[in-house]
Amino acid sequence: MNMISPQRLRLVVVGNGMAGMRTVAELLARTPQRYEITVFGAEPHPNYDRIALSSVLAGEKTLDETVINSREWYAENGIKLLAGDAVVSIDRGNRTVTAASGLVVPYDRLLLATGSKPLVPPLPGLTLPGVCTFRDIADVEQMIAASETHKRAVVIGGGLLGLEAAWGLKRRGMSVAVVHLMPTLMERQLDVAAGTLLQRDLDARGIAFFTNGQTEQITGTERATGVKLADGREVPADLVVVAIGIRPNVDLAKACGLEVNRGVVVGDDLATADPDIYAVGECIEHRGQVFGLVLPIWEQAKVCAARLAGDEDATYVTPALSTKLKITGIDVFSAGALAAAGEEDEELIYQDKRRGTYRKLVLRDNRLVGAVLYGEVKDGPWYFDQMREGADVSAIRDRMILGEAAASLSGSVDPSAKVAALADSAEICGCNGVCKGTITKAITELKLTTLDGVRAHTKASASCGSCTPLVEGLLALTAGVDAKARGPKPMCKCTTHGHDHVRAEIVGQGLKTIPEVMNRLGWMRPDGCHSCRPALNFYLLCAWPGEYVDDQQSRFVNERMHANIQKDGTYSVIPRMWGGQTNPKELRAIADVADKFGIPEMKVTGGQRIDLLGVKREDLPAVWADLNAAGMVSGHAYGKALRTVKTCVGSTWCRFGTQDSTSMGVALEKMTWGSWHPHKVKLAVSGCPRNCAEATIKDFGVVAVDSGWELSVGGNGGIHLRGTDLLCKVSTPEEVLEYCGAFLQLYREEAHYLERTAPWVERRGIAYVQERVVADAENRRALHQRFLYAQQFAQLDPWAEGGHEANAFKTLVPAE
Amino acid sequence: MDGSIVTGGWVDVARLEDIPRLGSRVVATAKGAVALFRTADDSVFAVDDHCPHKGGPLSQGIVHGQAVTCPLHNWVIDLASGEAQAPDVGCVKRTPVKLEQGRVLLALRA
Repeated sequence: MNMISPQRLRLVVVGNGMAGMRTVAELLARTPQRYEITVFGAEPHPNYDRIALSSVLAGEKTLDETVINSREWYAENGIKLLAGDAVVSIDRGNRTVTAASGLVVPYDRLLLATGSKPLVPPLPGLTLPGVCTFRDIADVEQMIAASETHKRAVVIGGGLLGLEAAWGLKRRGMSVAVVHLMPTLMERQLDVAAGTLLQRDLDARGIAFFTNGQTEQITGTERATGVKLADGREVPADLVVVAIGIRPNVDLAKACGLEVNRGVVVGDDLATADPDIYAVGECIEHRGQVFGLVLPIWEQAKVCAARLAGDEDATYVTPALSTKLKITGIDVFSAGALAAAGEEDEELIYQDKRRGTYRKLVLRDNRLVGAVLYGEVKDGPWYFDQMREGADVSAIRDRMILGEAAASLSGSVDPSAKVAALADSAEICGCNGVCKGTITKAITELKLTTLDGVRAHTKASASCGSCTPLVEGLLALTAGVDAKARGPKPMCKCTTHGHDHVRAEIVGQGLKTIPEVMNRLGWMRPDGCHSCRPALNFYLLCAWPGEYVDDQQSRFVNERMHANIQKDGTYSVIPRMWGGQTNPKELRAIADVADKFGIPEMKVTGGQRIDLLGVKREDLPAVWADLNAAGMVSGHAYGKALRTVKTCVGSTWCRFGTQDSTSMGVALEKMTWGSWHPHKVKLAVSGCPRNCAEATIKDFGVVAVDSGWELSVGGNGGIHLRGTDLLCKVSTPEEVLEYCGAFLQLYREEAHYLERTAPWVERRGIAYVQERVVADAENRRALHQRFLYAQQFAQLDPWAEGGHEANAFKTLVPAE
Repeated sequence: MDGSIVTGGWVDVARLEDIPRLGSRVVATAKGAVALFRTADDSVFAVDDHCPHKGGPLSQGIVHGQAVTCPLHNWVIDLASGEAQAPDVGCVKRTPVKLEQGRVLLALRA
């Protein structure tokens, strides 16, 4: 099949991005054997979805999930991929390209898909460390790395790209400011009203804005320290991201004498001035227009592939465009005209200030020519269809601002009826240009039953995901899969089951080991992966206390080593200090350990304990033995487990204290230490409402008042700060213990692995937790009893001899 | 079993049972730490104990199939090829290894 016939033409593709590879994929679908294909890519990665980089930055997707075509795909299709070797020149006379490595490759047809470069204004300070653009994987890695070590970011540019960069950095815990040249955000896609709403909503999420801001220079000498604006304003920053736009990358085309304007000039056939050289994507200029959105580029790929396959009639026409912002929870849609262009145009506007929604439609000659939606965008595709069809909307004019449901005669639209009514040629996925017929054909022929399956085979819903409900509707319609319920998200790629189902089956079917769970529930990979194995190990441990034998090889390294792995492969060791109390004997023992083992750094933690950093793996058992000898045990500072119980000194010393919070904290820690949980669990007890122990950002917080104790749950610090919800008030320390045990057991039994109490309480609602733990006293006692029963088996110090597998710490040394 | 040419001798470094199934042990060699892995079907692999990403100790990762997940940033390394799973790109050096009568032999003296 891979035999090379002498007639095959040589196609060289310059650019391994979305445009080039989509063209190649379309070409292979038409004529798999016509060309011998070589692809050059400047980045050392296989082909990935650049649009998804915003989601990677925001931590919503992994880089893995952005890969469009793996290296195997290139191999299977006989394509030679030279990733990481950029083409440096084109010799049109001899029809060859030369790469940075010196490699010379001849072509019969050349496809330029060199994409674009970030637009960077000539600012002083651009080359300082801490300044980057937002274009490729390397940029995203740089931004993620900076977010881990630095605090403040400035993004220059308040357009689509800049705002997505700002939001991603905010999600990663940085304080973020956006400098924007214009008075309102995203002014090319949004009118002033929608741009203002967007700024207000992002402001509420903690992003600061400097509009009308002309950046004059990036300040700093060793590293960027901020930006200075022309009007004198200064914004401090450790990271400066320049995201004001893109410009076509035309260097190669220019150097070899092709016609270049803003982009590489192409005709309707997508050929350049040289008929053997085609160009697609962000590098081109077609009829005076350049491109940055994906939809017209997919259309170019289709037409260019047809041309390369020999179809002389294929002609490119730029389709109508719509845009969408990828910021979770902020919905923006825009297409066509933003405002009336003259007297003949009309604007329909609807605004609901309380709900924060806004719609504007622009009409011309009874036809829709523009739509801007903010806050509520589900009707966006319908408006877009009306625009593309050029339909006369006079009959629905009085209702259409309220959307499709109001405009349709029946007054309501059933989503599955809607998807059923679509023609096979109707486009479902705008990002990847997939129409209904392609999806239903794939579902039928490949017997697909899951959303992931459809994504893998058709790419529909694989990019921004906004068409997911439609794809699910097609699954329901074509395969009878009840996708409307949206099915729970699978635990990982090893299984189709969600966490709740797996937990229920473990208990219901009495499954007692990881292999048994995997066999009975049809795991797709025999020993799972690093994601599902630790989860299953915990679920089994929780379901069968005293019976299940912990699987060390399914524990994350920290829980195997009983210490916290650091970036250099050493570990940190934290002994437990009950309620944050310590004494001279313990402190001397810790000091002696630090001296004896040459521990390079010691630190007081936020949980009122002492951290020994830089301990070598081989030294861990000896370090523990010395700490054990002084009466100390593991602090579990490394585990999905009970971490600390932070306390204030309380009524014993404090003039404001109302109860003995330290003793209460110690009692809680004595009851809960050693317990394993879906995620880490932190407790705190404050002796009065001044709350010095910060109990209201803990998983279980106790605040003493004169008449007893206020209990609250589901708080955490971290990226998404969340204050606790009040659970109830109780009178005695015994009740505090019982409510705490019951709450933790409910969390242990019902939360998903790696879900902290904060998102769990948010998912289930505090009312549900109160019903189970407060209102139902019998259930509370039962939960508490189950917690105490499990603790009999869990409260073993893993540092004590026999508590760990000694060999795991030893390095083998071969006899020479 | 690995295709590489071994010019020197094989060195006996461990018994198979010294490595836990779906686990790892580290061998100190003149060229640095080498991680031995044992899969569910008792195949044994040996690669440098150094993730191509940020140098994390691969020996401390979770082993699944013929792969290990680095404990620092979850890169997944294929033990047979030494290559990182896409889209991560990188390769870790392999050391030829074979099993003979329950002993693990490494080609250390090249």
